[in-house]
Amino acid sequence: MFSPVPMPPHENRVAFPTECTPPGHTHALHPTVTETPVITTSGLTKIYRSHRSRGREVTALDGVDLHVREGEVYGVIGQSGAGKSSLIRCVNLLERPTAGTVTVAGQDLTALAGRGPRASRELRQARSRIGMVFQHFNLLSSRTVQDNVELPLEILGRSGRQRSAKALELLDLVGLADKARAYPAQLSGGQKQRVGIARALAGDPKVLLSDEATSALDPETTRSILQLLRDLNRQLGLTVLLITHEMDVVKSVCDSAALMANGRIVESGTVSELLATPGSELASALFPVGGEATGDDRTVVDVTFHGEAATQPVISQLSRTYNIDISILGAAIDTVGGLQVGRMRIELPGRYEDNVVPIGFLREQGLQIDVVGQEPASVLVKEGAK
Amino acid sequence: MTWSEMQPLLAQACWDTLYMVGWSTLIAVVGGLPLGVLLVLTDRGGLLQNVLASKVIGQIVNVARSLPFIILMVALMGFTRTITGTTIGREAAIVPLAVGAIPFFARLVETAVREVDGGLVEAVQSMGGNTWTIVRKVLVPESLPSLIAGTTTTIVALIGYSAMAGTVGAGGLGDIAVRYGYQRFETELMWITVAVLAVAISLIQFAGDHAARALHRRAGTSGPAPRLRLLKASTATSKTV
Repeated sequence: MFSPVPMPPHENRVAFPTECTPPGHTHALHPTVTETPVITTSGLTKIYRSHRSRGREVTALDGVDLHVREGEVYGVIGQSGAGKSSLIRCVNLLERPTAGTVTVAGQDLTALAGRGPRASRELRQARSRIGMVFQHFNLLSSRTVQDNVELPLEILGRSGRQRSAKALELLDLVGLADKARAYPAQLSGGQKQRVGIARALAGDPKVLLSDEATSALDPETTRSILQLLRDLNRQLGLTVLLITHEMDVVKSVCDSAALMANGRIVESGTVSELLATPGSELASALFPVGGEATGDDRTVVDVTFHGEAATQPVISQLSRTYNIDISILGAAIDTVGGLQVGRMRIELPGRYEDNVVPIGFLREQGLQIDVVGQEPASVLVKEGAK
Repeated sequence: MTWSEMQPLLAQACWDTLYMVGWSTLIAVVGGLPLGVLLVLTDRGGLLQNVLASKVIGQIVNVARSLPFIILMVALMGFTRTITGTTIGREAAIVPLAVGAIPFFARLVETAVREVDGGLVEAVQSMGGNTWTIVRKVLVPESLPSLIAGTTTTIVALIGYSAMAGTVGAGGLGDIAVRYGYQRFETELMWITVAVLAVAISLIQFAGDHAARALHRRAGTSGPAPRLRLLKASTATSKTV
């Protein structure tokens, strides 16, 4: 079913210098993304009522509208307590939302839920088509790696031969074919998460939910697990919804992202859409630029590369055309497939009034320009940029 | 009393004890395991949350467990007669032994099952597993080392209870120690009985502990292996309340 993928044996792979390249910073949408919505939540609300102190309510989700398209990696980021965990648990109804609907692959899960607290058969069948990986892996310590991967297939009622063939195929896919007979206790954290991913894929899901899957791992292992998730996304067309509190995770794998705070989605969109949004918190966190003006008669400008702009050496062109000296104060830019994505903060000599023409030149190149420290003027510039 | 006189007595007594403890352990495990799992499932926040059922079962378990065994044995005589047709002998002793051990074991099962990581339950739910699947594939297998330790504790406790079964003419090692060692001043026989019991309990504890630890080591769960319970059952009991 899966094409054999040349997958490194385990996360130690990053130790090899030739493989040191971090997971590509692909922000331009890749071909597997379609416009078909796969996960849609509307008005999702979750209120926890504690039974101890009666009447006290905690609103974990406050009318969340989420739209995840087929084939994309969608990251939800936020601090702890922002409601990310409740959100991802509401998607497969491990948590029953207080209000709102969840639609996964065209199926309204909230309608399947049934009345009582227990999951209906239809809901359980729908869940089996959604894979989920967990921060603490949640592998059964009493079972071998292979038996752990076979567990979802046992629940689906597959025969022993089918189960073991599928489990071995998946373990091969995640690079752990040699660990089939080991127990989870004998594996490293990264290996355990690979088993968790293999297990989540056993039911051939179209959607994978990742609940802080890399938060318990060290940075190198995190990179290798993210790489694996991205490879699976590309090769199997798997839609991935992940929640995380680490901006690096969003930066390295996500096509789209949403920022959550206090149970609401504060901003969301594809990474280039976010970059194009003036004052986007996510964009400035993903591509942080800093630096203050070195003097009063200087103009500081943030240049945003959306990925659509042709890759021309714009800064040196600007310098040559207008014969001005440009200092780069800070930059966070990635180049993927000949497209530049990111931000750069540059400083031009002279006040804003003196630099209208060079700034106009930059805008003509299709770049978004924000003048720093000139609030009224910068608003005008932004509006002009649209 | 010579050794040749004592030998058949001891052999019969050992067999009687083994017979009573064996059957009552089996019944206690068969009855206590589902009861203990049910205590966890029906508890607040459990998969089959039912506060009323949980309270009722919990109360029955508490009362049944806190009755002194000798009183339980006498109180259950009517019940014993309806089941075995008699109130005298080994079979008649098995009924109160099992009735006493079921709630005892159920509490041990409850503590063992509660220790299973909730994340595992969530994982199986996310795969589409129902409650029965969770019990079969997660709760019981994952708590197996503790369940084995609990079974060992139950066996040791039942050996203690079975010493009182002589009251209803069921025989056994306790009966010999009382009738010969105490009433007839056959001190030698009494000490032999004590030695046999000590060796038997040590062996059971060793075997149970070994099995629990072997499973535990394979599972590699963090934290120490389920505790050795060489002390009298009452100490283990107070821990699980």
